[in-house]
Amino acid sequence: MAEKELQAKAKTEAPAKAERGRPGRVFLPAVDIFETPEAITVLADMPGVSGDKITIDIKDNHLLISGEVGPPLGPGETMLVQEYYTGDFQREFHLGAVIDQGRIEATAKDGVLRLKLDKVEKAKPRKIEVKTG
Amino acid sequence: MPIFTFRDPWSDPFREMARLQRQMERLFEETLGPGLARWQPGVYPLVNISEDRDHLYVRAELPGITPQELDITIHEGNLILRGERKIPVEAKDVNYHRRERESGFFRRLVALPSPVNPNSVEASYKDGILTIKMAKPEEIKPRKIQVKTA
Repeated sequence: MAEKELQAKAKTEAPAKAERGRPGRVFLPAVDIFETPEAITVLADMPGVSGDKITIDIKDNHLLISGEVGPPLGPGETMLVQEYYTGDFQREFHLGAVIDQGRIEATAKDGVLRLKLDKVEKAKPRKIEVKTG
Repeated sequence: MPIFTFRDPWSDPFREMARLQRQMERLFEETLGPGLARWQPGVYPLVNISEDRDHLYVRAELPGITPQELDITIHEGNLILRGERKIPVEAKDVNYHRRERESGFFRRLVALPSPVNPNSVEASYKDGILTIKMAKPEEIKPRKIQVKTA
């Protein structure tokens, strides 16, 4: 099997919606979103964001993920070569199902957020029996 | 400041082209800031290099990797980063809406801007950022010179 080589890509900047209080750039995290009949899972790459700096906002089927990054350099450091920019992450989704607010599992590890959103009962697919007269 | 100044372009079209190119480069540099102005699609992972008095730092955004599996080598003034980003397979019954996160191998060579002591290198990994801290050898560290008075 041919091995797959990763390609370098600049992060995509998030479209500006409103002015922010915090200065700096905002990027769109790369995401994987997959669905089972019971839940929607979102995986988002947010390098440099620790778990306590992630905010998840859910209202009905609207999801907003944001993460604040720490400073790119340690104290007293000078940048010599900059190939990538750092900045906060933010992304919004309209999910195809209504989310059960009471059962949301969020874990952050090594700069990857994993969010499991359970669908509310009525949104789960049901098999409809057709009655015959 | 006028961006383009008028000159008869037909007197020397090649010189004129070169001048225009320089002006365009300057325009990009002014709007994008230095550094990334000549950004070309580089090699994964992209790195930022910084320094302080005693150390040289190389940082890379590598979310979701296993740091123990990274292969970091310093050889003749180059830093070599090799590894693999694996994305575990989810359960069989899932259907994807989006699949933007990528997996694969990487091998990157970074030419270090100054010599480092290969015996004093530390690598750390936190929240998906790899930091490699390398000590500068004594002879290249900035030194304060005392002026002798007679």
